[in-house]
This record gives sequence, structure tokens and C-alpha cells, in this order.
Amino acid sequence: MTHQRLQTGSILDGFTIGEKIHSGGMATLWRVTKPGVDVPIVMKVPTILDGDDATIIVGFEMEMMILPRLSGVHVPKYYAVGDFARQPYLVMEYIQGQSLFSFIDRAPLPPDEIVALGAKVATALVDLHRQNVLHLDIKPSNIMLRESGEAALIDFGLSRHLFLPDLLEEEFRVPMGTGPYIAPEQIFKNRSDPRSDIYSLGVLLYYLATNVRPFGVPQAQSSLKNRLWRDPVPPRRLNPEIPPALQEVILRCLEVDPEQRYATPAQLAFDLANMSQVPLTERATRMERNSYFDAWKRWFASLGAQGGPQQPRATQNNLAPIIMVAVDLSVEMEPLWEELRANVKRVLATMPGVRIACVNVLKLNRLTINYALDESGRNVHVQRLVELKEWARPLGLSQERITFHVIEHMDPAVALVDYAKMNHVDQVLIGARASSTLRRFLGSTSSQVVAEAPCTVTVVRAPITSGAVEMAADAETARADSP
Amino acid sequence: MRIAFLSDIHGNREALDACLAHAERRKADRLVFLGDLVGYGADPVYVVDKVREAMAKGALSILGNHDEAAARGVTTGMNDYARAALEWTFRELDADSRRFLADLPMKIEEDDRIYVHSEASAPLSWAYITDVATAERSLRSTNHRITFCGHVHKPQLYHMQPQRPPLLFVPQGSTPIPLMASRKWLAVQGAVGQPRDHNPLAAYTIYDTDTNELSFQRVSYDIDATAQKIHAANLPQILAARLFIGR
Repeated sequence: MTHQRLQTGSILDGFTIGEKIHSGGMATLWRVTKPGVDVPIVMKVPTILDGDDATIIVGFEMEMMILPRLSGVHVPKYYAVGDFARQPYLVMEYIQGQSLFSFIDRAPLPPDEIVALGAKVATALVDLHRQNVLHLDIKPSNIMLRESGEAALIDFGLSRHLFLPDLLEEEFRVPMGTGPYIAPEQIFKNRSDPRSDIYSLGVLLYYLATNVRPFGVPQAQSSLKNRLWRDPVPPRRLNPEIPPALQEVILRCLEVDPEQRYATPAQLAFDLANMSQVPLTERATRMERNSYFDAWKRWFASLGAQGGPQQPRATQNNLAPIIMVAVDLSVEMEPLWEELRANVKRVLATMPGVRIACVNVLKLNRLTINYALDESGRNVHVQRLVELKEWARPLGLSQERITFHVIEHMDPAVALVDYAKMNHVDQVLIGARASSTLRRFLGSTSSQVVAEAPCTVTVVRAPITSGAVEMAADAETARADSP
Repeated sequence: MRIAFLSDIHGNREALDACLAHAERRKADRLVFLGDLVGYGADPVYVVDKVREAMAKGALSILGNHDEAAARGVTTGMNDYARAALEWTFRELDADSRRFLADLPMKIEEDDRIYVHSEASAPLSWAYITDVATAERSLRSTNHRITFCGHVHKPQLYHMQPQRPPLLFVPQGSTPIPLMASRKWLAVQGAVGQPRDHNPLAAYTIYDTDTNELSFQRVSYDIDATAQKIHAANLPQILAARLFIGR
């Protein structure tokens, strides 16, 4: 490989090299400009040493493969790639904002801020995983907070695209990742589990909450494995300010067995956005680590465990979706309730990992002041919540699988669509009233949700009997006959 | 340019037509046939005519071991049912078609690519690429960046850095795969006419020379019709049965 020497002022493929802004072991970053590109961009050039370090080269190849295939606000926008035969480089958007690394200095952060940051990073992971890419090196320095507020993930050198060859598979003499953040299955060289990113995010949240890394900074490969048998000190023991629900979320992310973690970043984001409804388990109140004896038993049980490359897990959202059920509690919708529950049951039967979010909109009247109490003096919001839970009771779901939300809004359709967007909902179930000419003319809540929701929408109708069809036809005819 | 690579058609008219229509809808503007046009299937004449027609419009075609055997009537080294089908195929083809098959080249080199039926190190010995070792032998024998071959009826993609052994990637779906210029690639096609990777769908690939991306395609076709013709021609029944299960 022959590489020209880059310096400020030189020109490469139409890019004028500006200031050098970072020089590290893996890569150098230069600000660059190009006529026609009016946003700040940077050129990332791999540091290729005389020894021809394969990991750096392959990591850079991986990023060259993955970054051009990504889009959206949660990754840097891609501009150009330079050929390995001449001068390898990547040109991408320079993300203006703050590295999450700078937040570490302020740790422990207030719980609300940790929850908000966690939700932003989880949301970025939702978007990345939906593009079939796992980051596999989630840590503070690889997360930027844009000025507009969204988290953006950077550095895809250890990432994996589930439908493309894993070029890093061959570099598997050592586990790849960052010691304090690496997930247990990555230590066993599995690079295909989306829940590895959830684990690393759990490490990050723990660190922000306690100012301590849950497994320290492992210096040797053998000490990486300590996290397999010894649980971290519960965060509330280090920082009593942390609410039990946040400890629950963090420790669930840090489960050794991926099956025990959140199934998807969407489910994690959902809990972080709805902290009051996080189902609390023993994790929430734990104050002690597991004992040395327990750690020894786990160590003993793990002997002989096999690692190595695995076939990619199927796109996780097919297995563990978030389904939102829009429940209209008004009396005229009552005939539909059973039908709506029947549809929920069908979903539950086929997808064991599904989470159900029951949503009801308390419609506000734009002409009167917001009212909290009804004519008999009951709290309307609480009353609705009780009715919503009553509606769901026949489903017989445990609290980890179902949540309830009453949203106050003037426009039910807008409220439902916003909720679906904010919570990464995969599918909406919504009841529709029997069709009528008037409703067809004015438009209905369900049709507006169908038109605007960011996901699949299933419209549930009560089965129409032949008698009802005839009656409707008669009514239409009568209307047509009238002058 | 978008090149469709079709290998191991094996006289399967329905699978060939389905793949050609599929490739046309995906704007393939060049066809390359990677050998084994005939053998096993009941439509050798149709397939040969169709390929000759395509070649008149610029398509490329190379020789497969079944084409060679059918052209010369020599079936040494073949198993019983392959031999039965080839003897039948030999009788079906006229002298002109046999001469066409016999004259097909062993390999074609084009830009940074080489096209061959079995593998690149010794095309005449018809060796199979079944693992990293056989892939490495082929990859090291050529300076071309990408080798396209068929012969084993199982889609596989090997990639290799200069100083390292190759790695196998088993294609998942049709996501276009960038064939990074820093490595050499060996794209083993699945079979159009007789898939053996436990997936009965016809297999072919499209390579885009502008984007340097390869996509593995799978196409459904009327297997019942193909099987009925194999029965009607009194060819060994296993040749029909295996199509339904892709083995």
C-alpha cells in the first residue's frame, strides 16, 4: 500500500484538508471542505503502522462497509470513501454537540438526567438495530449528543451488519470490545447478539449513576470474565439517590444471560420513558452482590462453555415487539371490546416476547378549562386508568408484559400517533366504529391513525352479521331515496 | 453494468425462465452463464437454444462438466443417475447443439473478474469448492479480484486478505454485499436448475460493476411442471423428487 502524506492544505479527491482534530492509535481525523458541501465534515484516516496491524485495517474496512449503508439522525451522515489501494479514508458529517464522555466528569448525575440520557441512547440503538447493524462498542466516547438533542453513535469499527460478511471474524484471537463495557457473550466471541449493545448501555448507565464502573477496568483478558460470575455492587448501595426503578433497569441490562436482559432497545427505551410503570423485581431492592460462594458455583458451572461465531439472531423486533392497543372506553364502543381483546390474545399466542401498551386518550375540550374532576367529584384521569386496567384484566397478563397510559389531549388521533412514535411501537391495534356515511365524510380517529402512524396498524371491527349488512344497505337506500 | 450470473441450469426450463424474468425486472443488462446448461433436466434443447439466443445479444457462457459430457457422450466418473440423464441428453441434442457445447470456453477473464465453472486453480479437473481450504486454493491461483463459479449447487461467498486464510459467508437474503477492494472474493453461485442447499428456490446472483455490490437472489418457479417432464422423459425419479426439497 502506498499512501500520500496528508497535511493541512493538501487536496485529496476534491476534499481540501483542514485542521487535524484528533490523532489516535486507530485513526486520525481531519476537518475537510469540499465545494458544494456546506455542512462541517471530517475525514477519518486509519493509522497504518509499519507492522501493518490487521485489526486496525479490518476495523476500518468494516466501517467503510457499514457507514455508507446507514442513515438517519442517530449516525454521522456519510459522504465519501477512499479506496484501500490508494488512500483509505471515510468522509462523514462532523457532529456538532457534546460527547457523552464529558458527562462522566459530573457523575453521579441526578437520576432524571440519567434516565433521559439512557432513553436517548436507547432510541439511537433502536434506529441502528432496525437497520440490521449492531454497534458492539457502546461507550461514552462513541456517543455524541447533537445540539438538537438526539444521541448519535459514532465509530463503527467493531460493528456488525447482520446480513453482510463479518470481516472481523478472522481477528478472533482476542475478544473485541472495550474492557469495561464489553458484554459477556462478546468475551466468548459472539458478535451477533443485539442484546450486547443493551449490556454496554447498562454499564454506561451504572457508571453515570455511581461514578464507578461496575466491573472496573480489566487489565487482562482473564479478568474480563469476572463479570460472568460476580454481579456488580447494586448501584443503590453506592448512591442511595437512585430510585429502585432505575436500579431495576440498570441491573436488568447487566444480566449475564442475554435472555434475562431487555429483548430489544425499544423495550429498554419504553421503560426509561415510563419509569413509574417499570415492573420491580428483586433487582430493584437488592443491596448486596452475590456471595463469593455463589460466584464460585457460577464459575464452576461455566467450565467448558463454548464460544465462537454464531449465526445472527433474527431481527429482534419480530420476536419481541411493542404492541400498542388503543382502547376507546366510551359506551358505544363496548361491543368492540371483546373483539379487541381477542386480537390481542392472537398476538400474545404467537409472540411470547411481546409487550402490550394499553392507551386511552382523555379528550380535552378546547373551550373549557382542563377539568380534573367529573360531576360526581371523581378524579377523571384515575377513573380512566382503573377502567383501562379493568378492560385488560381478562387478558391475564403479568405486570412485566402490560402497561397502562391515559393521555390527555384535544385530538385523540394525534395523541395516539405521537405515542406510537415516541415509544417505538411496532404495531397498533385500534377499534373502528361501524362505518357510516357521516364518519366517512368527516374522517375517523382510526383512519387518521392508519394514515399517520409510523408502523403497522390493525383496525379491529366487530364482526358484521348479515342482518346488519342488510340494515345498513336499507339505510343507505333510504338515504339515497330521500330528496 | 449489472451482470446476472446463472450457473447449473441443468435443463430446467421453468427455473431458467423464472430467473431471467426476475433478473430483467431488476435491470440486469448482461448475462453470464457459468456452465452446466444441461444434464439432469428434461429441457436441454430449450435451454441451449435460449442461451445461444442470449449470446447472440452479448451474453457470455462457459463450459461445465455436464456440458462436456453431453457434447461428447463421455460420462466417466459420473454417478448412475447423472449418467442416465446425460446419455438421454446426448440423444436429445442435435449435432449442432453438441458442437456449440463442446466449443464453450473453460474460463473467461473480464476486467478484475474471472468466470469459471468449478474453480480457478485447475478448471479441467472439475474440483468442488466445499470449504475454506478448497476456496483458498482457487483464490491463490488467480490474480483476479473476484472469481465467479458454480458447480457445487450451494451459494457461498469467500473473502480473503492477502496474508490470511479466506473466510466463508453464507448469504442471508438478498442484501447487496459490497465486495471491498482490499480483499479477494470467490462468489460460488447456487444452482438455477437444481439447488442443493435445502432451499428449493432457483438461485442466481446480480453483480453491479458500478457500485461493486453482489446480491444473491432466490426465485420461485413451477417445480411441479419441471418434475412432470422429468417423469415423462423416463429420467431417474430422484432427479424430480430432489427439486422439491432442494437437495
